[in-house]
Amino acid sequence: MSDATLKTRPIEVRFRGGGFAPKARRWVGLAVFVVLIAIMEIGTRSGWISALTLPRPSDVLATFKELWDSGLLFKHLLPSLSRLAVGAAIGATVGICVGVMIGLFSYVRAGLVPLVAAIFPIPKIALLPLFVIWFGIDEASKYALIAFGTFTPTVVATYGAVDNVDRSLIRMGQSFGLSWFSIVRKIVLPGAMPGILSGLRISLAIAIILLVAAEMLGAEYGIGAYILEAGSLYDLERLFAGVVILSLLGVILSTVIGVIERRLLGWRG
Amino acid sequence: MDIRLDAISHSYGGTEVLRDISLDIPTGKIVCFVGPSGCGKSTLLRLIGGLERATKGRVLQLGTPPAGCLNPLTYVFQDFALLPWRTVHGNISLVLEDHGIKGTAADAIISDVLARTKLSDFSNALPRQLSGGMKQRVAIARALAVKPAVMLMDEPLSALDSQTRELLMDDLVGLWTRQPFTAAYVTHNLAEAVRLGHRIAVLSRRPGEIREMVEIDMPLADRSHGNPELEQIQKHLWDMMRDEARAADEELIDV
Repeated sequence: MSDATLKTRPIEVRFRGGGFAPKARRWVGLAVFVVLIAIMEIGTRSGWISALTLPRPSDVLATFKELWDSGLLFKHLLPSLSRLAVGAAIGATVGICVGVMIGLFSYVRAGLVPLVAAIFPIPKIALLPLFVIWFGIDEASKYALIAFGTFTPTVVATYGAVDNVDRSLIRMGQSFGLSWFSIVRKIVLPGAMPGILSGLRISLAIAIILLVAAEMLGAEYGIGAYILEAGSLYDLERLFAGVVILSLLGVILSTVIGVIERRLLGWRG
Repeated sequence: MDIRLDAISHSYGGTEVLRDISLDIPTGKIVCFVGPSGCGKSTLLRLIGGLERATKGRVLQLGTPPAGCLNPLTYVFQDFALLPWRTVHGNISLVLEDHGIKGTAADAIISDVLARTKLSDFSNALPRQLSGGMKQRVAIARALAVKPAVMLMDEPLSALDSQTRELLMDDLVGLWTRQPFTAAYVTHNLAEAVRLGHRIAVLSRRPGEIREMVEIDMPLADRSHGNPELEQIQKHLWDMMRDEARAADEELIDV
C-alpha cells in the first residue's frame, strides 16, 4: 500500500446490499385497515368528512347487525355463495382442462390461443343480455356469466404454467420409459401447479366481480341485488355493508388459496 | 448387452455435428467421450439412448439385457433432473411405478439402491434440502433402481464443485468395483475420463469425429488421484485437444 493511502483516514465501506426480499410481516395488513377505518370514524364524527361523502363505519356496522338479526344476511349471502361456487367451479375446471390441452397439443394451441385472446378482452358483463337469452333469466345465466369470466384468465395462466414446466424433467421421464399419461400426471401437472394456483387467485377475484354484475340483473336475493337496491336509494350505509361483505369474501378466498398453496407447494420451501 | 454405434452422422438443419462415429461399448466397461465444447458429445449420448434420431447410421443393441432389467438404457443427467415435489424415496419410486412395482417390492429396491449410494438416512428428504453431490447420488440411485444394461452419463459431475466431484468419483469407482456396470460417460473433464474410463474416445471439434481411442488397462480401483501414469495419459489427451478446444472456443455459435 502506498504512503498516500496510509495517511488518509480509512472510510468504512458503505452497505449497499439487502432489500428486494419480501418477508412476512404479521399484523401490518390488519393495522392498515384499522387506521383507515379509525380515520373514517373520527372524520365523520368530528364533521370534517360530511355524512354525504362517506358513511360512518359504526353506522355500517349497525346496518350489518340489523342485516344479521333480521336473517336477511343469509337470505342474500347463500344464493350468492352458491352462484359463486357453481360458476367459478365450472369456469376454473374447464379453464384448467383447456389450458392443459393447449399446453400439450400443438393443434389445440394453434386453434384455441387466438380464440382465447379474442374473448379475453370482452367485458363479460356486456354479454349478460346474451346469456339471459341463451340460458334464461334464472340461475343458469348467472352461472354461465361467472364461469365464462373465470374461464379465460384460468386458461391463459394454465397454459403459461404448462409451458414453464422444466423440459429436462420431461426428458428424464421419457428416458425412464414413463408412459405419456404418467408424464402428464406426475411431471407436467405438479410442475404447472404453482402457475395454475396463482392464476386461480386472479380468476376467483374476477368471479366475485361478475357475481355482483350477474345479480344486478334479475335477482331478487343476493349481495349484488342488495347493493344495487341500496345504491339506487343512495343508502350509503347499506351500500357499504354490501361492499364489506364482498371484500371479506375476497379475503377469505385468497386465504383459502394460500392454504392450498402451502399444502400443495410445500416442496418449494 | 453391448452397444454398437454403426457409422453415426447427425446434423441440425445444415450444421453437421457428428460425422461417421463407429465404436462398441462392451459389457462391464466404462467408455468415456471427451472433446471440446460443442463437439456433439451430449448429442451422441442422446442418440444412444433414443432421445434423438440420428440423421445417418444406427445404434444397435447386441445381445439381450440382463434379467430383471426395467430400462436398458438409463440416463444420469448433468442437472440431476429430480422432481422437486417428490422426496428422495418418491423420486426413485417414480421410475418403478410405471413398471407396476409398488409397495413392499418397490421399498426393497429403493432401500437397496439408497444403501449402495449411501443415502439410506435421506429417504424422506426433498431435493431442495440436499447438496449438489447428494442430488447426483439420488439420480444415480434412481438409475440403478431400474437395473440398467447401460448407463448413459451426461457430464454427471460437471455441476458439482471440485471436492464433491472427487468424492463422487470415488463413489462411482466403488460402485463399479462392487458390481461392474456398463456406461457411456460424457465429460469435458480429462481427469474424470482417465479416472473412470476403460476406454476413452477423443472427439474432434464440430463436426465431431473420433480422433483417437485410448485404452487404459489399469483397474479402476488402482487409479488414485495424482497417479503418474494417468497424468501422462491426461497430458497426452490435452495435447491432442488443446488447439481444437481453442478453435472451438473462438467459433461463433449459430446453431
